[in-house]
Amino acid sequence: MRSRTQAVLWLAGLAGVVAIGVVSGTQHVLTLSIQTMTLAALALSWNILGGYAGQISLGHAAFFGLGALITRELWLGGSSLVLAVAAAVAVTAAVAAIVGIPMLRFRDIYFAIGTLALGVAVFITSGNLWPGITSLPADDLRDYDFTSRFFMTLGVLLVAILVSVWLKHSKLGLGMTAVRDDEEAAEATGVNAFAHKMIAFVISASLAALAGSAFAYFSASYFPNFAFSVVWTFEAILVVFIGGVGTIVGPILGSIFFVVGRDALPSGIDEFQVALFGVLFIVVVLLFPGGLTEGAQKLLGGAPNRSQSPADKPTTRGGKELV
Amino acid sequence: MTQLVLQSVVSGLLVGGMYGLVALGLALAFGVLKVLNVAHGELLMVGGYAAFFAFTVWGLDPFVSLPLVFIVMFGFGTVLYLIVFRYVTRTEIHTRIKNSLLISFGLVLVLQALAVRFFTADERTISTAYSSEAITIGLVRVPVVRLAGLIVAVVAAVLLEWLLNRTRFGRAVRATSEDWTRAALTGIDVNRVYLIAFALSAALAGVAGSLISLGYSVSPNIGLGWTLKALIVVVLAGLGSMRGIIVAGLFLGLTESLAAVWLGGEYREVAALVLFLVVLSFRPQGLFGRAYA
Repeated sequence: MRSRTQAVLWLAGLAGVVAIGVVSGTQHVLTLSIQTMTLAALALSWNILGGYAGQISLGHAAFFGLGALITRELWLGGSSLVLAVAAAVAVTAAVAAIVGIPMLRFRDIYFAIGTLALGVAVFITSGNLWPGITSLPADDLRDYDFTSRFFMTLGVLLVAILVSVWLKHSKLGLGMTAVRDDEEAAEATGVNAFAHKMIAFVISASLAALAGSAFAYFSASYFPNFAFSVVWTFEAILVVFIGGVGTIVGPILGSIFFVVGRDALPSGIDEFQVALFGVLFIVVVLLFPGGLTEGAQKLLGGAPNRSQSPADKPTTRGGKELV
Repeated sequence: MTQLVLQSVVSGLLVGGMYGLVALGLALAFGVLKVLNVAHGELLMVGGYAAFFAFTVWGLDPFVSLPLVFIVMFGFGTVLYLIVFRYVTRTEIHTRIKNSLLISFGLVLVLQALAVRFFTADERTISTAYSSEAITIGLVRVPVVRLAGLIVAVVAAVLLEWLLNRTRFGRAVRATSEDWTRAALTGIDVNRVYLIAFALSAALAGVAGSLISLGYSVSPNIGLGWTLKALIVVVLAGLGSMRGIIVAGLFLGLTESLAAVWLGGEYREVAALVLFLVVLSFRPQGLFGRAYA
């Protein structure tokens, strides 16, 4: 019954989004939707590594940027979009598998610092190698079609959602959660911790590359290293935790909240938006470790869906009290 | 060529002293509270603005305002601890490190956004009468303000070492960082130790910020760059160890400036990051430290 209601809700949501794409003619609404869906796909990809497998990566933008770069170069170079995206995802997956070998040997804090260093190094290097701005040719700009961008990004988001749902209900995903909760205990029960982390890392990077290719297809012009900017990592982490880490609706709702919220605030206080979200983020981490979705569920009196909430979610409760 | 290399060595050491000074506060917070404060660079930025406005508004020389900035940032650190980090220190160690990372990341966004709002995104530098003066030794030019920065860094490190190893308070701090439950059992007020250590860490960031607004420049987004340098230095020295921080800082500065000579200026930071990842892979306990955890 419960899963049926959920399925109906998901389909209703999907129908609603498709309706936006078909009916709405305004560029503003389409742009906002595309930005939301790109961020949601990126957030879901971070969530697989950070939420399911418990590895806090601060270098996620490297894979988003790599996906964007490859897609953009191949697509503007004349290859078909599908081919360009496929190549971007494949190359990023391969790079992640290689980079993952040294990175995933770092644990906890070392992994966070190591990925941060890697992300910054890649950001600087990409700026050095591709200093010029990348723009769509004038012809493409004249015929720029928002609707095709919209549905491409929607497709990317759907892939991210389907992979997330599949992982959540698979043995593989269960293994990742076990590694997150207690690596030694997971090993003791026969879960290969390194392999599970590696699979999470590669899937996460591939989906990030996919989100990056949506960005590359959507953007009229940008500096290639912008897609490698740490801002993408930060925004992804922000919406994942505000929405609910380890869940699937959480990162999506968090993204809607973030992008629409940014748009709704009057200009002139847009610096405050980031500050507001920063404060909200701190409050969520300290007080609502399940994110706003779980907080809302609790407030509405419904029983929280335990299978959706991570066991080691950041918490201030349950810890030892100081004397 | 020899002149270029010599000059690079000196510049590298001078900037390296600053890396060490920034890392000192980060290491203090991590070592004692087990709090990884990625907003350390933002505290530095706030301190830098404090020194800048003390200079432009009141005409206070940055070396005169240094104690003032120290006190202001000590207060700021106290407030931050009381409203945010106090809640993190109540959890067990793994949750604590992860949560403090996340929370200070939120703080990065808040402080940066507020700095853009109130101080604008412009780059600011304190330019005093002696700003452009330099001592020439043989082939090498040593800018006075940066030399002063290095001296302050070394003095700060020595004072901190003295505080931690030669005073009653330092003994309480060391006991707390080794095992806070047992420290609490012996009657040490752990909360007080945490509070003072965090405030001191913020104050050290403030001192570094003052010197950076004098010898380098301050803008709202400088934080992450300095935090990353500090993280690298702390890991090079060995997480959780206070000794060797200045040396590791000098080592990082030297690596960067020599990389700039041989690989080109645009790769100086990349070289440092690669060096860092290599050290992290093969010597996770740091170059001259013991492993933490």
